Amino acid sequence: MTEGFEARGAWAAAGHGMSAAAGHGSSGERTLAPFGRRRLPVVGRREYGAYVVISVADPGGPAPDPGQFAMLAAAERWGGGADERPFLPRAFSVARRHHDGTLDFLLEDVGPGTNRLAELDDGDDVWLLGPLGRGFAPPHDGRRPILVGGGVGIAPLAILQDALGPSPLVLLGFRDVDHAAGAALLCDPNVATDDGSVGHHGFVTELLASEMDVALRSSQARSSGRRYIEVYACGPPPMLEAVRALCAEHGVPAQLALESGMACGFGACFGCVVPTRDGYVRLCVDGPVLDAAVLEAVT
Amino acid sequence: MISFCGIQLRHPIVNGSGTFDAIAARRAFGDALLRDFPFAAFVSKTVTLAPRQGNLPPRLWELAAGMINSIGLPNKGLDGYLAEDLPRLAELPVPLIVNVMGSTPEEVATLVAAFAGREEVAALELNVSCPNVKTGLLMGADPGETAALLDAVRPRTAKPLIVKLTPNCASPAAVAAAAEQHGADAVSLVNTLRGMAIDPRRPGQPWLGGGTGGVSGPAVRAIALAQVREVRERVRVPIVGMGGVQSGRHARDLLDAGADLVGVGTESFRDPRAGGRIAAELAEIDANSGIVAGPPKPARPRIAQSL
Repeated sequence: MTEGFEARGAWAAAGHGMSAAAGHGSSGERTLAPFGRRRLPVVGRREYGAYVVISVADPGGPAPDPGQFAMLAAAERWGGGADERPFLPRAFSVARRHHDGTLDFLLEDVGPGTNRLAELDDGDDVWLLGPLGRGFAPPHDGRRPILVGGGVGIAPLAILQDALGPSPLVLLGFRDVDHAAGAALLCDPNVATDDGSVGHHGFVTELLASEMDVALRSSQARSSGRRYIEVYACGPPPMLEAVRALCAEHGVPAQLALESGMACGFGACFGCVVPTRDGYVRLCVDGPVLDAAVLEAVT
Repeated sequence: MISFCGIQLRHPIVNGSGTFDAIAARRAFGDALLRDFPFAAFVSKTVTLAPRQGNLPPRLWELAAGMINSIGLPNKGLDGYLAEDLPRLAELPVPLIVNVMGSTPEEVATLVAAFAGREEVAALELNVSCPNVKTGLLMGADPGETAALLDAVRPRTAKPLIVKLTPNCASPAAVAAAAEQHGADAVSLVNTLRGMAIDPRRPGQPWLGGGTGGVSGPAVRAIALAQVREVRERVRVPIVGMGGVQSGRHARDLLDAGADLVGVGTESFRDPRAGGRIAAELAEIDANSGIVAGPPKPARPRIAQSL
């Protein structure tokens, strides 16, 4: 392990590097987290339909790799709610890092932890530990990236789009119009909704299937075989499984950002394991982004 | 410095076995972890003879004041631990305590013997929360089982042996007394308390892949205090007390109940530096009350015995 690199891991090496804050390290495979949680102010709260984005000022923190996450807890009144939870911090992908170090997190109020976090606003503080985990790798061999997101899983695709530069193809799926408002986080997305209220009526994976069909039939694809596109996906397990199966069928590499409940976020609790071809791996240290090829299935 | 079984420690705060993976933490935090290592000694995750995958997910359930885990002791097995983990753990700036578990006394003895000559290892902790496959009894739930275990293990090493007591039995104090009589150098308690959660989407079905799991966190703190005191009344060997410790105050309470060291577990999940913070808070409490770290322990508890 080395510390104090100016340039960070794979993204910097590939020329995608965002400015790295001095004094923070990289191990080559990931941007390292400072050791210890930081109490940071919430500096913004915006609603996007069913979602809330909270912004946290972290000017001294390291710039996360796309796909890395942080453990978040409200600094006050964390616990003691209606059912006396939450007790543990919650894991969230970093959705965006602004030039001043402000970090955006996309939340959907679905339980006691997200309920408390989603009500935070200017003047509140959070405890933040991160950036954690292994994020997305830059496209291999100059492949054209296709970003596929579902629901609140669109979060890491926003920071990924920022890192990729000139607009990659973005395909996003949502339940309904209220959730589709989250699409505003990304530039120029193609949207699908389950109820047809916005965009394509159906699953985002149907959009992916037709895009892959086009891409793989194009002249460039013919000349370079299937080494042409690479899929980056984050969303609910059924969507990720459909993406995995589709990519496996067409021999297209895919990087999947998975989710699992975690207690710690740094490998201590062994609670966030998912099965791979090599046995269980901890999503917090070996993920959350996994090469689709290591998975039999996303469950 | 304080002395525990002849091991010199900077402060009385250690980690509970299986609640901090120093190798994974170094991947996340880099060498900053070593510069500010939160524990005075590091207790590694349970090692078994054969590798274990661990339990089916889901493995975690959050409680009002803690959590239930059903991890199932995943580990690389003895050979994998010796080859891959031990060299990394030897780089830590604190003494290393290796936790082992086997399904027979002979298996535990084999594990203990494998570490007997390793200079990197300061002490061994025996996880006795495992059924003896020959008798069907939990090794740590029955004084006779614990005695037989120590009789098999004690001759195999000169290193300090710590018995990690389970609270899921009739009398942890009786087990502690048996452990002491048969050669244990210290005991640690409490391990997690058995508990379960129901899957909110499947009425009557357990949430955890392992069916039941171990409850930890602030929910068990009062139980830990009572059990540490009860054990202190029965044994003279040092005690590593743990259970729901979140602050220096909680650590001081366990020490006052009769513990010599204090383990921090679940709180590290919320705050990876919790061990160091708690050690600092404890030092401040003790400085303000005139307690000097590391005096010889009284053989009997200082607190009233009647309730």
